[in-house]
Amino acid sequence: MTQAALPLGAGMMSETAIEVRNLTKAFYDADSDRTTVAAYEVEFEVKRGEFVCIVGPSGCGKTTVLRILAGLETKLGGSIDMKSENPPAMVFQEASVLPWLTVRENVGFPLSLKGVAAAKRRARVDELLELTGLTDFADALPHRLSGGMKQRVSVARALVDDREILLMDEPFGALDEQTRLVLQQELLRIWETTGKTVVFITHSVDEALTLADRVLVMSPRPGTIIADLAVPFDRPRDVVEMRRDKRFWDLTYEVWRLLASSSTEHQA
Amino acid sequence: MSLVTAKLTEEQIRELKAPAQRERLFRSISYFSPLLLLLLWEVASQLNVIDRRFFPPPSAIAGTAWQMIASFEIFDHVGATLRRVSVGYVMGAIPGILLGLFLGLSQPARRVLGPIFAALYPVPKIAILPLILLIFGVGDASKFVVIAIGVFFLLLYNTMGGVMQTPQIYLDVAKNAGATRLQTFFRIALPSALPNIFTGLRLAAGSSYIIIAAAEFLGARSGVGFFIWASWQTFAVSRMFVGIVVISALGYFTILALELIERKLVPWAKH
Repeated sequence: MTQAALPLGAGMMSETAIEVRNLTKAFYDADSDRTTVAAYEVEFEVKRGEFVCIVGPSGCGKTTVLRILAGLETKLGGSIDMKSENPPAMVFQEASVLPWLTVRENVGFPLSLKGVAAAKRRARVDELLELTGLTDFADALPHRLSGGMKQRVSVARALVDDREILLMDEPFGALDEQTRLVLQQELLRIWETTGKTVVFITHSVDEALTLADRVLVMSPRPGTIIADLAVPFDRPRDVVEMRRDKRFWDLTYEVWRLLASSSTEHQA
Repeated sequence: MSLVTAKLTEEQIRELKAPAQRERLFRSISYFSPLLLLLLWEVASQLNVIDRRFFPPPSAIAGTAWQMIASFEIFDHVGATLRRVSVGYVMGAIPGILLGLFLGLSQPARRVLGPIFAALYPVPKIAILPLILLIFGVGDASKFVVIAIGVFFLLLYNTMGGVMQTPQIYLDVAKNAGATRLQTFFRIALPSALPNIFTGLRLAAGSSYIIIAAAEFLGARSGVGFFIWASWQTFAVSRMFVGIVVISALGYFTILALELIERKLVPWAKH
C-alpha cells in the first residue's frame, strides 16, 4: 500500500522522537455486534523538532491515531515508541477550554494540577499569554472569547508545562479562513521559537502544506497511511507569500490525486 | 489599525442600550411580582367576591401578623423552623452531592448502587415520618433526618445527572494535563455539574419547607407548621394565613438567596 517515501525534509533533524509500527485500532459496538477497524497497520516516524501533518478525510482514523499517541485511547496492536521525558501535550479539535476558569487559570491548569507554586506559575503563564497574544484577555472567562481566542488558550495550555511533543487534533478546523490563516502563522512562529516536535492532524490539504515539514496522507477504511511527502519550503515561512510558489500548488495537486485515488479504490 | 473610524449618533447609542435597560427594569419588577397576587386577593376579599371566613383580606392578616411580630411570638416559630430546615438541608445536601459526583463518574458504581437509590427515591418522605419519629423521637433530630432524606435524593440525582453530562473533552483535557482521579473529581466533575447542583439545591429548598410543615403538624411543639396546625384547631383563620405566608416567604427568600449565590458562583452558565 505504502507509496515510495520521499527523502525526509531536513537532514538536520535526525534523531527519532516518535516511532509508530503496525498500529491497529478497532472499535466494537455490542448493540449492533459490529467491529469497525479505525486504524490499520499505521506506520510512521517523526524526528525530533519536526512538524508532521497527517491529512485525510473525516473518519479515516487520524484522530484515533493521535488519541492513542496522547494516551487517551488504548491500541489493539502494534507499537509506539516515544523518546521523550514527559507525556505529549494535546490541543483538541473542539472548544476544550474549561468554561469555569479564566483564561489565565485555563493556561495555568496543568501547572496547578502539579502543584507548582503560585508565583512561579504566574510568571510562566504570563510568558505564554504574551507568546499567544492573550495578555489583554488574561482575566476574561472563556464565554466572552471568540473561537480563535479559545484555540489560542488551548495552544498556550498545551505549551505551559513545556513537554517535548505537541499533538494537535484539527485545532483550527472550526475557525473561519482568515482566523485560521492568522493562527497558522502564529503557530509557525511559536513552533520556531520553542522547537517542539509536532504531530498535527487536519483534513485540509492546504493547511498541511502550509505548516508541515512532512505530510502523511491517510486513506479511510481501513485507516492507513498511503504516502509520505516532504514539504520543501524554507523556514521561516510566510503563510500568504508561500502561496505564490508553484511547488505549493504542485504538492496540493499531488495530495489531492492521492486522496482521490484512495477513495476510488474504496468504491471499487 | 482600522482605516475607518466608526461614529455612532446619540440616538443609535440610546437604541443600543434600550434592551439592557428594559432587562434591568424587568429584573427589579420580578422581585415584587408576587405582591400583585396579594393585591388581587385584598380587592376580591373586600368586595366579598371570595368568602371572608376562609380568605380574610391580606390587610387583616397583616394586622394579625403585626401583633405576632410585636409580641415576638412569630420569631420563636420561624427560628425553630429555620433551624430544622437548615441543619437537615446541610445534612442531606453534602452526602447527596458527594455521592452524586461519585456515581456520576463511576459507571460500575452506578450500575451496582443505582437501583438501590432508584427503589428508595419514590418513597414519599411524609409516609416514613411516623417511622422516623419512632426511631428519633419527637425532638429536632427526627425533623433533621426527614428533611435530610428528601434533600439527599434531589441532590444525588441532580449532581449525578450533571456529572454524566460533563463533556468528554473536559475529562480528556484533565487526563492529558496529568490530573489524578481526585483532581478530576473536584476540578472537572464538580464545576461542570455546578449548574445542575444548583437546580437540585433550589428544588431541595422548596421541598424542605413542604416536608417541615408536614413534620411540624404531626410531632412538634414549635415551628411554623405547628403554628398553622394549632391555629386550625382553634379556627383562627387569620393566624393560619400568617403561618402560610411566613412559610411561603421563607421558601421564596431561600430560593432567591440560592439564585444570587448561583449567579456569583456559576457566572459562565446562562441564567
